[in-house]
Amino acid sequence: MNAGIKTLRIDGRDVSARADQTILQVARENDIFIPSLCYLEGLSPVGACRLCLVEVKGASRLLPACVTRVEEGMEVTTRSERLDAYRRMILELLFSERNHICSVCVSNGHCELQSLAERLNLTHVHFPYRYPRLPVDASHPRFVADHNRCILCTRCVRVCDEIEGAHTWDVMGRGIEARVITDLNQPWGESESCTSCGKCVHVCPTGALSEKGRSVAEMAKRRQFLPYLTMMRTQAR
Amino acid sequence: MTLEELQRTAQEERASQSKVACHLHVCTAASCLSAGSAQVKQALEQELAERGMRSFCRVKGVGCMGLCSAGPLVAAHPEGFLYGRVTPEDAPDITRSLVEGRPVRRLSVPTDQPFFRRQLKLVLENAGLVDPERLEEYIAAGGYASLLKALTEMTPQDVIREVTISGLRGRGGAGYPTGLKWSTVAKSTDAEKYVVCNADEGDPGAFMDRAVLESDPHRVLEGMTIAAYAVGARHGFIYVRAEYPLAVARLRTAIRQAERAGLLGNRIAGTPFSFHIEVRLGAGAFVCGEETALMASIEGRRGTPRPRPPYPAEYGLWGHSTLINNVETFANIPVIVREGGQWFARIGTATSKGTKVFALAGRVVNTGLIEVPMGISLREIIYEIGGGIPDGRRFKAVQTGGPSGGCIPEEHLDTPVDYESLAALGSMMGSGGLIVMDDATCMVDLARFFLEFSKGESCGKCVPCRVGTAHLYELLDRLVKGEADGESLRMLEELSDLLRHTSLCGLGQSAPNPVLSTLRYFREEYEAHLAGRCLAGTCRVGANR
Amino acid sequence: MSRMRLATIWLDGCSGCHMSFLDMDERLIELAGQLELVYSPLVDLKEFPEQVDVTLVEGAVGTSEDEEKLRHIRARTRILVALGDCAVTANVPAMRNPFGPQACLARAYQENATRNPGAPQDEVPRLQTRVRPLHEVVPVDVFVPGCPPSADVIFYVLQELLAGRVPDLAGRSRFGA
Repeated sequence: MNAGIKTLRIDGRDVSARADQTILQVARENDIFIPSLCYLEGLSPVGACRLCLVEVKGASRLLPACVTRVEEGMEVTTRSERLDAYRRMILELLFSERNHICSVCVSNGHCELQSLAERLNLTHVHFPYRYPRLPVDASHPRFVADHNRCILCTRCVRVCDEIEGAHTWDVMGRGIEARVITDLNQPWGESESCTSCGKCVHVCPTGALSEKGRSVAEMAKRRQFLPYLTMMRTQAR
Repeated sequence: MTLEELQRTAQEERASQSKVACHLHVCTAASCLSAGSAQVKQALEQELAERGMRSFCRVKGVGCMGLCSAGPLVAAHPEGFLYGRVTPEDAPDITRSLVEGRPVRRLSVPTDQPFFRRQLKLVLENAGLVDPERLEEYIAAGGYASLLKALTEMTPQDVIREVTISGLRGRGGAGYPTGLKWSTVAKSTDAEKYVVCNADEGDPGAFMDRAVLESDPHRVLEGMTIAAYAVGARHGFIYVRAEYPLAVARLRTAIRQAERAGLLGNRIAGTPFSFHIEVRLGAGAFVCGEETALMASIEGRRGTPRPRPPYPAEYGLWGHSTLINNVETFANIPVIVREGGQWFARIGTATSKGTKVFALAGRVVNTGLIEVPMGISLREIIYEIGGGIPDGRRFKAVQTGGPSGGCIPEEHLDTPVDYESLAALGSMMGSGGLIVMDDATCMVDLARFFLEFSKGESCGKCVPCRVGTAHLYELLDRLVKGEADGESLRMLEELSDLLRHTSLCGLGQSAPNPVLSTLRYFREEYEAHLAGRCLAGTCRVGANR
Repeated sequence: MSRMRLATIWLDGCSGCHMSFLDMDERLIELAGQLELVYSPLVDLKEFPEQVDVTLVEGAVGTSEDEEKLRHIRARTRILVALGDCAVTANVPAMRNPFGPQACLARAYQENATRNPGAPQDEVPRLQTRVRPLHEVVPVDVFVPGCPPSADVIFYVLQELLAGRVPDLAGRSRFGA
């Protein structure tokens, strides 16, 4: 694609970008940190976690950096007292939504939610915890889905659909009742579409999807494959 | 059907109607049907047949006459007598009165009361007058003349110019200028474009779109077809919620009739312009009223919104340029083309032109469907059209905009109804729900009701809306139960601010409005709940102490 | 200058945070010169004293006794520190919350019991419906997440408090840890 080149300013730094790039992509290229949980390079962006909201001069609303294309002369602010407060509150909402018990989680120490909380200086959750009763699906021979740890980022849904092509995962229910499901809400182990490729497990930012046999803090994820797969797919065309 | 044929059909229909001396109009829209108007209609027909009066009087099912609280409604024309709460047993009296030329006093509903006098009907001009299931009646009332005028006398740019001049703004709630939206889609070079009618009306207590579709479905088809001509689309969808079976049935009938008459489909009215409309049913998700969620649903995907931009005009159905307007917006188009944009722009206020249909509900004497000029005050709507508060109680607040809107207290009742004024009060025009509350309503409980709705209707995609509405609801629920602590109000405000500024779509962004507006005008009620009292005396708050 | 009056207590938790406290090793001696341990599971005192400068509270609030103690402590403490994940988030003790105390007691004392089945009734505090983090019960001044917070973090917190500063935990400890 022959896209034009734009120059813009992020946090006072002049940067250049291809016209088809998003603010988040350009920021990351320039080592400017913008938090995000639903975004993953190689998957279609959905703008769902709202952590990457940034201030753009002249825009009346905050804009999600993961889906907002760069524009010539754009002035982006990625950190402010207001943004920090909103981001911390969003993390608090996630921690209060389900049962995130970091100390006994397979992903303790390898979890994006946990490390973002640390990075954004979240020392406690002041919203009341909801403590829903949620299932753990261990019916798959190799993997476990623990809905207590799921943050509904839908990376699993997207990687399964867009990269693996199986579309085993999807979302069921509305609002606070929403849940990721396999096939038509059958146990994962009985899914006919699942190829057991494990991509969902490795893109999952938390301990919601893990490999069987992993104990506390043992579930480190491998995501390096994703850019390669995307690269190979685009080059194959 | 060419212009000449259209005119001939209109003449024939009028001639056929004038053969009978009088007509009995029985409302067959959902409100009156649920009150038993189908049986009334049948009884009247039977009575006329038994008396051998069928060549003298014809019974006709029509759409909404507005005063739903007095339904089932029957109107006797040409005299214009209106009868309310009619039962099948009233059929003999009504038929007798036709011969005598005098109204049945005990059933009479005065038509000179402010409820009727203060209204101005453009969108609802045919409602209650034409049979929504007969194309000929719509044509006889001037229907499809605007479409043929547009197709034969105007360029697409002419149409857009008239709509722009009219000042019409989106009637779905946000009030985006319709002409600007049309011109944006028209400018797109996309070879494939779509026109979508949003009929996924979901606010609790609102039934404007349902009434329009049930009363005058051809009007919406005509408006959509004119829009398609203006923007260059060949395919259209009407997205109706499945909970509106009568509206769906009448729409489907109307589409079939219009296609057969050559007013829809290929080569409309003999011109090279073709436009096809399909009906798509929504499965009852409120969020599908949000345009990007609605489009996802039409495409057969899960109905969840996506970030905008890109807007539908640029990237809509299946990635093509798409025009989405609400039912009432399209229903305004035939009038604007017929009378001209200038004429339309003379109605209303400086920034809000034309009329607005409202579903008037709650604690008012007259509930029902009304159409008023923009700029009318809330007080006129509630006290004149609505007839005030029943049972000797006091007015407390009026809620506009449904779960996305807010509550407006007594001191702001003289506010003119227009987009900006309502927004300045922390509410919104919304699609047209207008719920009146008296002093027996607890405002905290009301906020809880709306948050329960928003929590249940959040799609769950973005974090602030999914989790935030649940927290807001639970905080309000604890307040109502008397279990809340002193931090509650601060937390309500904090969460409201978060949702408003960080939610992905309008649902989450406006979900806090019922909380914020009641906190703004009725904070003392919240504080009373913290102290274990409910000022309206309706909550369980005292019970636990 | 008088020495800082420090108290520590352990509510619904595993004592791991206290172990971490002891892991300060030789630094304890250094601290001992600057503060006075006026109440702790590590010292033998029955009554929580008045006018405590800093109290480190380990554990969540799971019983009526926990709540009573915490309120008592709060009233007598100037700076209350929620020490560790149980105090900060309710952590592992809160894992019973989705199920409720009855199901929990039944599983422990009935379903899995091989002798004398039945939950203890008398002379033990009643489990509350929900295990709560401290700040849902009383105001908390400093939050120190971690399961447990490392000895270094605890040392840092105490040093800062001794210096009259509010400890900044940014990047020093996290949930789980």
